Amino acid sequence: MTAYTERLAAGPRARGIGSRIAASFLYTLGLPMLLLVVWGLVATRSTSRFFPGPLTIFDAFVQTWVGPAFVEDVLPSLYRLGLGITASIVVGIAAGTVIGLVQWLRELLEPLLEFFRAIPPPVLIPVVMLLLGITDTMKVVVIVSGAIWPILLNTIEGVRATDSVMKETADSFQITWWERLWFLVLPAASPRIMAGVRQGLSVALILMVISEMFASSAGLGYRIAYFQRNYLIAEMWSGILLLGLVGVFLAVVFGLVERRVLRWYHGIREVNRA
Amino acid sequence: MRVPSTRRLRALRKALLGVAGLAGFLVVWQLIPTLGLINSQYLPYVTDVSARLFEESLDLAFWRRLGSTMTSWAIGLTVATIAAVVLGTIVGLVPFLRRATHTMVEFLRPIPSVALIPLAVLMFGIQMQAALVIIIYASFWQVFVQVIYGVADVDAVARDTARSFGLTRREQLTHLVLPTALPYLMTGLRLAAAVALILAITAEMVIGNPGLGRSIELSRSAGDSVGLYAFVVVTGLLGLAVNLVFRFVERRTLSWHQSVRGEEAL
Repeated sequence: MTAYTERLAAGPRARGIGSRIAASFLYTLGLPMLLLVVWGLVATRSTSRFFPGPLTIFDAFVQTWVGPAFVEDVLPSLYRLGLGITASIVVGIAAGTVIGLVQWLRELLEPLLEFFRAIPPPVLIPVVMLLLGITDTMKVVVIVSGAIWPILLNTIEGVRATDSVMKETADSFQITWWERLWFLVLPAASPRIMAGVRQGLSVALILMVISEMFASSAGLGYRIAYFQRNYLIAEMWSGILLLGLVGVFLAVVFGLVERRVLRWYHGIREVNRA
Repeated sequence: MRVPSTRRLRALRKALLGVAGLAGFLVVWQLIPTLGLINSQYLPYVTDVSARLFEESLDLAFWRRLGSTMTSWAIGLTVATIAAVVLGTIVGLVPFLRRATHTMVEFLRPIPSVALIPLAVLMFGIQMQAALVIIIYASFWQVFVQVIYGVADVDAVARDTARSFGLTRREQLTHLVLPTALPYLMTGLRLAAAVALILAITAEMVIGNPGLGRSIELSRSAGDSVGLYAFVVVTGLLGLAVNLVFRFVERRTLSWHQSVRGEEAL
């Protein structure tokens, strides 16, 4: 009887730390590895030109992107992406806070902003091109013109929906306007703002690629379209892979920032759920 | 009696302000080229653009283009939703699968679907299928991730209750899992509908299959700025319509749910 309960109490820990690490390793990388192997096997048998094996793509990846191409094509693209994202976040949060706090302004602008958000962002590329010509500024403006809407509208909504008890508490403590903004309004809106930023990030990445496919002679999007037009299949796949990596990188960075910014929020939700 | 009247006044005020905002925007737009701040070649007059919009709305070719855009949107969204609901339910209900696919999903999901445009063009050429590849890829993840969350979110007490009442697997699925996952599914669907529209039009712009996106690209290369702005406005209205319809559907299907009931009580 005691032996039985002891075994129960020890539970999975009894299996030892080594096997647990192995299990989580298998869970994390098992499926991707399996798929890569299957892909490789299928690619060696099939005659399709459009689906080269993973090794060929890896070769092409190293040859295409490691070296001067990284500086010429990848870095400028990422620079514009970063600039566009930063501008969207700063402008979106600043304007969203103002609009969210002032009721008449919010009611004045709401239908208009809803319309602008509904415009599919890539459609704005020709418009911005017409207004600004084909320049680097245009590409950054394109990114901002698409990525800003989810951030702006979520900020407005988040600022508006500040908890009324907290608002009244802040009023009765007579804190200054700045303190109120910094300690009440922005933190209360931050879960929504972060949700908006997450949407904005993926829009920004899409716009970076498309604006370069459209009007550019350099950059990641241009390169991929160029490879496709010239039937450089493995190189094209390596470009897709690189874009995927950029996307994953953005998601990881965002995840870290979000966890840092919203630590208190996740904490509250855990407590509420328990 | 006082309370409803102030509420009605407030709603009226809101509507009036909204209309004023729109009117103000149109006036500013009209004034910018009139005052010569921006050449009317680059920013045409509102009056010209609306005249063009009216003209297009009488043209059958315009409606045909709109139709082909909406067809690829509808097919893409339907296929993506069905695939995502089936796969998401299976993966969400089986913890082993959920753990094993986690890395794969986290890697595949952030890949921007426009990166697949070259591949889609190679595979299908300038056809609707090429656009469908991109639309389906992008909208699939929106629904899939939500369904996985939703299916896994079943309340522990509710599940135990269902089990002690001896519900069969099928009954559990319809009475327990479905109601829990439905709000998540509707959120996913609303996001996916917007994303699918974005990519349907993007694909037409970049790939060149017939539709509104292609008209935009053609107006741009022809230097027809009035047409360009008119089509951009059309896509905006289309996006707005899609948003409104899906928000309405969401509210109707979730009228029993706390999130919607709570809103109405306010």
